Amino acid sequence: MGRLKLFLPLLVFAVLAGFFIKGLGLDPRALPSALLEKPLPEFTLPNLDAPGQTLDNEAVLGAPTLVNVWATWCPSCAVEHNFLNYLREREGVTIIGVNYKDNVDKARVWLSEKGNPYRYNVVDLDGRFGIDLGITGAPETYLVDAEGVVQMRYQGPLDRHVWEQKFKPRYLELLMGGE
Amino acid sequence: MGRLLCALLLFWSMAAQAVIETYQFDSPELRDRYNVFVKELRCPKCQNQNLEDSNAGVAADLRREVHRLLHEGYSDDEIYDYMVARYGEFVLYRPKASGITLYLWLAPAVLLVLAVGTVAVIVRRSSRQSDDLVTDSQAKERLQRVLDSAQEESEKP
Repeated sequence: MGRLKLFLPLLVFAVLAGFFIKGLGLDPRALPSALLEKPLPEFTLPNLDAPGQTLDNEAVLGAPTLVNVWATWCPSCAVEHNFLNYLREREGVTIIGVNYKDNVDKARVWLSEKGNPYRYNVVDLDGRFGIDLGITGAPETYLVDAEGVVQMRYQGPLDRHVWEQKFKPRYLELLMGGE
Repeated sequence: MGRLLCALLLFWSMAAQAVIETYQFDSPELRDRYNVFVKELRCPKCQNQNLEDSNAGVAADLRREVHRLLHEGYSDDEIYDYMVARYGEFVLYRPKASGITLYLWLAPAVLLVLAVGTVAVIVRRSSRQSDDLVTDSQAKERLQRVLDSAQEESEKP
């Protein structure tokens, strides 16, 4: 027993090292969303593509949907854009855009130049809907199921790796469940 | 020419980046409550700053929201609930003592008790050892004899 006690410091070190190694791989800015398992907040916002018209929660119902928060002032959104185009064209994913605190004219130019992966785009000019979503910046992406309940949230640019690892399994599950 | 340019550059200042927000308050009481909120709420973007200190866009938006909610007659609890519903317990610098955050509140007390307990055990153990430095009974007797004779010596006039 006395001999075993000598290993106590080693044990303490091993436990601490375990925590530290785990901590290295964690992103402290990746917060859990307060919205998970809750319905997407209510919104009635202008439609970017049809001036004078508004869109509301109906737009995200009926099929699993990605809700993507973007802006032309956001460099990571430019990085992400091609992958969103790919998702729309090759994988047939429905994406709803939230044009966040942006210049509407610039946003329209951006979509006509880079391609438009969005089924709809709503305009969140003052960022109020962004606050309802609990976003900290752009881009952010939510996976919402056919009933409009938030299933997943990702902060930062969506890419192939994140899609395959995080979103796709759940997305396919929702797609199967819905049919 | 280059020198002149350098000299001129000295007088050329960059445009100031800081934006001073000015909010109008309907009453001093609302302003006081606002000042408490922007100190107690944490910026979700720059995580070790409160709303007051942060320049992040979302912090400015949240300050605006606090101002708006105050003027719409929300109570303090309702404003905290509004923020927690959107950003989670994370935004509170003084999280409520319930659920998972209970660990946060209890941990210091538990650690203090553990620390005091450990110190107490160590102190008691070491004092008991110093009482019984000589454990051999024969050696003890011999030591006692030496001490007694020494005392007798010293008591002689």
